[in-house]
Amino acid sequence: MYRYDEFDQEFVDARVAEFTDQVERRLAGEITEDQFRPLRLMNGVYLQLHAYMLRIAIPYGTLNARQMRMLAHIARKYDKGYGHFTTRQNIQFNWPALSDMPAILADLASVEMHAIQTSGNCIRNVTADHFAGAAADEVADPRPYAEILRQWSSVHPEFSYLPRKFKIAVTGAERDRAAIQVHDIGLHLKKNAAGELGFAVYVGGGQGRTPLIAKKIKDFLPEEHLLSYTTAIMRVYNLNGRRDNKYKARIKILVHETGTEEFARQVEAEWAELRDGELTLPEADIRAIDAYFAPPALPARTEGDAAVKEARLDSRTFAEWLDQNVITHKHPDYAAVTISLKPIGEAPGDASDGQMDAVANIAERYAFDEIRVSHEQNLILPYVARADLKAVYDALVEAGLATANSNLISDIIACPGLDYCALANARSISVAQDIALRVASLERQRDIGELKLKISGCINACGHHHVGHIGILGVEKKGAELYQVTLGGSGDEHTSIGEIVGRGFGPDEITDAIEKVVETYLALRKDKQERFLDAYRRVGPAPFKEALYAGEARAA
Amino acid sequence: MKILTANRLGDGEAVWFAKDQSWSETIEGAEIADDAAAEERLAAIGKAAFAANLVVDVDLVDVTLAGGAIVPVRLRERIRAAGPTNRSDLGKQARPGATV
Repeated sequence: MYRYDEFDQEFVDARVAEFTDQVERRLAGEITEDQFRPLRLMNGVYLQLHAYMLRIAIPYGTLNARQMRMLAHIARKYDKGYGHFTTRQNIQFNWPALSDMPAILADLASVEMHAIQTSGNCIRNVTADHFAGAAADEVADPRPYAEILRQWSSVHPEFSYLPRKFKIAVTGAERDRAAIQVHDIGLHLKKNAAGELGFAVYVGGGQGRTPLIAKKIKDFLPEEHLLSYTTAIMRVYNLNGRRDNKYKARIKILVHETGTEEFARQVEAEWAELRDGELTLPEADIRAIDAYFAPPALPARTEGDAAVKEARLDSRTFAEWLDQNVITHKHPDYAAVTISLKPIGEAPGDASDGQMDAVANIAERYAFDEIRVSHEQNLILPYVARADLKAVYDALVEAGLATANSNLISDIIACPGLDYCALANARSISVAQDIALRVASLERQRDIGELKLKISGCINACGHHHVGHIGILGVEKKGAELYQVTLGGSGDEHTSIGEIVGRGFGPDEITDAIEKVVETYLALRKDKQERFLDAYRRVGPAPFKEALYAGEARAA
Repeated sequence: MKILTANRLGDGEAVWFAKDQSWSETIEGAEIADDAAAEERLAAIGKAAFAANLVVDVDLVDVTLAGGAIVPVRLRERIRAAGPTNRSDLGKQARPGATV
């Protein structure tokens, strides 16, 4: 994985020193809250309901055991013993004191981490496929390009005060696990007929109050033009994006209002001035960054097949976990493991300090010291020998991390919602807990099959509800929580925005409503192979509306 | 009926302006404004405390009384006064003797 060079470390250390001074002056009353607020936000410090919140960047979701242990240490020493992994592949701590921030950031800097650009109207953490480097279906690892974008965008003077925040995602496989079509810029790394690497470039996707699917404005951008072309997009946006209305300030609105063709023309015109200039990436530089992401040397472990076969016979729960949370690897002797952070009845994405330490230990011992955070709020071990899967499973069981529900209905994405967040209108975690408890039986969940359920506690859609096969949006109506249900959303290579099915449900009704939706699907699916999303796309909303609301219509 | 609330500058702890004129970590002893003049007085206290860098995110919030106890009207404020509903071991609700 990427290691800081001297410049990176100096830059991060300098920022810690600068922010330490700013915090001290704030606590001494030398600067006002209005002066301090933008400074703290630039360093990932928010104020929420109960306390401050610190959002720490995990570039493209990749971290090593030492970094994970530091997160555990921060949870223990400065917080309340846990952290929350987010849909942006980051981690948030919910209770740190402002006066402790300098010490926390210094601790983070000691392991090459920081909280820079995790807030504010700048280019945020660049996200990537969490199976990058391991997935059998990828053309190339997308993370070197995410790292190039990170270096280029860090305190970029021209792009630090954009009309609004800006999110870039990169995938290196046809199967999109990074939801690139709901990002401001989505990059699909691929090869052309000549075998050269480049990107299909998507622009103007996003969720929030105006969900829009990104438009493809370039089918193949040769890799060396990544920065010049991205700069051209940013310049068109920075110049023309609306600054008069926060709700219309994202690039998706600009692309939508300008029209895709005209927007692409403007980008091409800007790019004509930039291409082949100083932003062209030298081949040697790309390969130098590539080298940081070279997969570990994976020795042959041919005993894996026999070991897995035997362990499968010995333990039903291991077999279930294997079927659900382990995926095929590029290397036949290896596998990529999803560590579910969705134990039934717990807050999605939360991990205790002890669990973080356990994952660090497992990663070090069995997984070549590499851990990923997925945008679905789980952790991934991308390189595990099949021969070690049982040992990894046993260690995860011990840490309470062996829930076998990856991609099932209880593998719910949920934002922190009104239990923590100052922007939220309704709770998300409690809804996720109730639904997971209702469908707790693994047998039932496996019968239901792949079903992505996503919950947001406000229209900002941090819980990605618009792209949930089933989405739930919490709103406040007459002082009470109300949950709207959307169906048919998807955040993959066939991205779609879910459609609101009808009137919302109260907190006491929402779990029943979701169960009705699921039962309706089970009754109408062609066979077990037809997933919820496929069935919905085939039959549309009518049977679900009928199941949810028909009684009311008749009563009326 | 309104009370004055904020978060303490140094640690972000949710606090309420109390009858004894301190910023209390619990809602119980909060000073209640039940007319416009009292609300104005509380608002001025909040503004002054913000200017003095004691607290941030100052707000007057609606409350009712239930059996003598102060209950915020909005769920948001009830959660601020108690702690996350999914973690009864955290926040004010986890303190010894907590009644919220």
